[in-house]
Amino acid sequence: MNSFMDLLAGFGTVLTPVNLLYAAIGVTIGTLVGVLPGIGPALTIALLLPVALRLDDPTGTLIMFAGIYAGAMYGGSTTSILLNTPGESSSVATSIEGYQMARRGRARAALATAAIGSFVAGTISTVLLALVATPMARLAVTFRASDYFALAVLAMVTVTAMVGASLVRGLMSLTFGLFLGLIGLDSLTGQARFTFGVPALLDGVDIVTVIVGLFAIGETLYIATRPRDLPDTVTPLEPGGKGFAWLGKADWARSWRPWLRGTALGFPFGALPSGGAEIPTFVSYTLEKRRSKHPREWGNGAIEGVAGPEAANNASFSGVLVPLLTLGIPTSATAAVMLAAFGYFDLSPGPQLFEKSPELVWGLIASLFIGNVMLLALNLPMIRVWVKVLKIPRPLLYTGILVFATLGVYAVSGNIVDVFIAFGIGVIAVFMRRFEFPIAPVILGLILGPMMETQFRRALLLSDNDLTVFVRRPLTLILLLLAVAALGLPHLPRLIARIRGREPAGRLAFGDED
Amino acid sequence: MFKRALAVAVPAVLLFATGCADQSVGESPAPDAAAAKYPAKTLQIMAPAGAGGGWDTTARSMQKTLQESGLLNGQSAEVRNVTGAAGTIGLAELVTSHQKDAHQLMVTGLVMVGGVVTNKSPVDLSKTTPIATLTAESEVVVVHKDSKYTTLKQLADDIKADPTSVKWGGGSAGGTDQILVGLLAKAAGADAKAVAKQYVAYSGGGETKAALLSGDVTVAVSGTSEFADLVKAGTVRALAVSGATGADAGAGTPAPSIKESGYDLELLNWRGVVAPPGISDSERTAVLKLVDDLHNSPQWKQELADKKWQDFYKSGDEAAAFYAAESTRIKTVLTEIGLG
Repeated sequence: MNSFMDLLAGFGTVLTPVNLLYAAIGVTIGTLVGVLPGIGPALTIALLLPVALRLDDPTGTLIMFAGIYAGAMYGGSTTSILLNTPGESSSVATSIEGYQMARRGRARAALATAAIGSFVAGTISTVLLALVATPMARLAVTFRASDYFALAVLAMVTVTAMVGASLVRGLMSLTFGLFLGLIGLDSLTGQARFTFGVPALLDGVDIVTVIVGLFAIGETLYIATRPRDLPDTVTPLEPGGKGFAWLGKADWARSWRPWLRGTALGFPFGALPSGGAEIPTFVSYTLEKRRSKHPREWGNGAIEGVAGPEAANNASFSGVLVPLLTLGIPTSATAAVMLAAFGYFDLSPGPQLFEKSPELVWGLIASLFIGNVMLLALNLPMIRVWVKVLKIPRPLLYTGILVFATLGVYAVSGNIVDVFIAFGIGVIAVFMRRFEFPIAPVILGLILGPMMETQFRRALLLSDNDLTVFVRRPLTLILLLLAVAALGLPHLPRLIARIRGREPAGRLAFGDED
Repeated sequence: MFKRALAVAVPAVLLFATGCADQSVGESPAPDAAAAKYPAKTLQIMAPAGAGGGWDTTARSMQKTLQESGLLNGQSAEVRNVTGAAGTIGLAELVTSHQKDAHQLMVTGLVMVGGVVTNKSPVDLSKTTPIATLTAESEVVVVHKDSKYTTLKQLADDIKADPTSVKWGGGSAGGTDQILVGLLAKAAGADAKAVAKQYVAYSGGGETKAALLSGDVTVAVSGTSEFADLVKAGTVRALAVSGATGADAGAGTPAPSIKESGYDLELLNWRGVVAPPGISDSERTAVLKLVDDLHNSPQWKQELADKKWQDFYKSGDEAAAFYAAESTRIKTVLTEIGLG
């Protein structure tokens, strides 16, 4: 119960009016940053670092940064749901069902399940962080290149549900994403691939640029191509106020399990040094879709598809803090910037941090709780305001989105080429929408493709090109076998039926149309 | 509709064109007079990488120091980020778009020298007007605490006997860390190309640390500050640092330098500042004086202490000679290990 006492002491540190103010500022800035496409928490914290240094208050600064991160995660889901314009890769999964809910007038319920889900996931994962940080981090750093490769394969085969109704179109989208992921310098040999002599492509296409192009710009241009087909405002709203916190009884009943499952996925993935927030959101989406009792609602706004990924997304942040605090290993861009902040305050995260500055560590953990509460307190009432966005006349709204999307892309790189790339991808996205290609698999390919390739080649390089490296390690082998099982199980009834010489009874999980 | 759009667009283009013309006219006359009160307008400091990284932090520290010590002649300084390709995109922009503009400075460093070679950049540092080097950080060679290696010599002997016996981990391909591996192999008399082939590039210090701890790599190479905490905790062991003399890599006692371990090799991850090509001699003198004043200010000393940067000041011709020497040395080793 030592951790519990430390945590209480942490609350003692944090619950001062000044620190609460820092938390409130952080959450507010974070929400705004999350709402703007392109500008993410990492960039914001990096820009705020010099200011924070002058404050000379490590606890307050870190509380504010934690608030920014949590706020940005939540703010990102707001635009994903309302306008189908996710600003970060981790809110892409949310946008799929969330936007469909908004289109059917259920924006309030979608925002509410996202907010409460984020709160639940944030709180549970922070408790996990407090309790299991050290053993968890020890486990996480035993992962080798071959394990990461196997994990990426497993993730790839489990998220095939993202592919959508048509297998062919889904795979084409996925392939487009894989191709985008190949552009740039090869990470192992430094050779340029698909850069066509354009220096700006040497670092590859930034994922934020792709997301802004596919969603914000693509959606805007698509809407602009069919002005007469649509009503003046975006969506009619269902009369609100039913149930508690905009969620009806059925919504609560359908949300709480996805919240918990999302948390269980997000936290461990975040803790892996090459994990991240995106994969668990996609896995959560697939998991909920497979388990759903309302399969017909998927694609038309199933609330589980918002609740699960949002929880996974928020839980992963506490996971990211595990290796950061215990080993000084940053696993995301935001964590890397926070590590720099630790450095400025003469704090070196790592094994000694818990012993040397317990008040800071536990204060940070306590501040995550406070940030979560504050986020919920700020955002539940704000839903009323956010949904008003949908009442803005369409031309004005989408002009605004286009302006902010362009600014966001330019702000990140300071390079006009990136703006052109974003618009080029936006034009492709218009045709993808027109011909009903799913968008999410592009992101999937862009994230998982490079991860699989890099880890595969690293594993081979480290084993002197011995392919048995993928079957020699028990963990690698287990993960790969799971991947085979995930790929084969849905087909098993059909195969058995065929062997027995009968017609298949059921249909496949995906690819129905073809 | 189209007509109206045109009516807006035409004056805008004209305005833009005249604006550009004004600017070029305003800058060219009387450089001597301009140099006398430098900076005469907002000073632009380009960080050729993203926010939060080493070059960005250097640029922002310069900005802060210049403003706080009142060296700007009443003008202000701005930092902007131009990301990509180890800084060579920023370098190309400085050389092509900001010629003769003494109010455009850019932060540079060893990583850019390597990037010019590996990315086959058409412009290199020799196209700029070198101003000064400012800071440096030593590299560190570390192994896991359970490793059989306790000295650099054992490691060097092993790679000499069998270049494939050691797996190295560090930052991006062709970056400072891999350059050090190549130089070390050469100094040890090993097959540099074969040794460098055993190098696994990781994105960022976090992944490198994890790879060393999981046992994926035998040896990790990184900036000293990156591993200081793990060295302090006793989780990893520092075999050598890459500066001229031994330095504390976190353990509390100094780790030997590579030179002290018997290999004639020194490599520092230095950062400096350059100006665009084509500025006049008097403008160059003015920029040199500004950076000199910056370096001498108490605020800069404070920045160095805060950020734990090693002072590494060479200015003017000395900096130019240093840039040239580093470029030659890095190009040679990168070509030898097959990345040129």
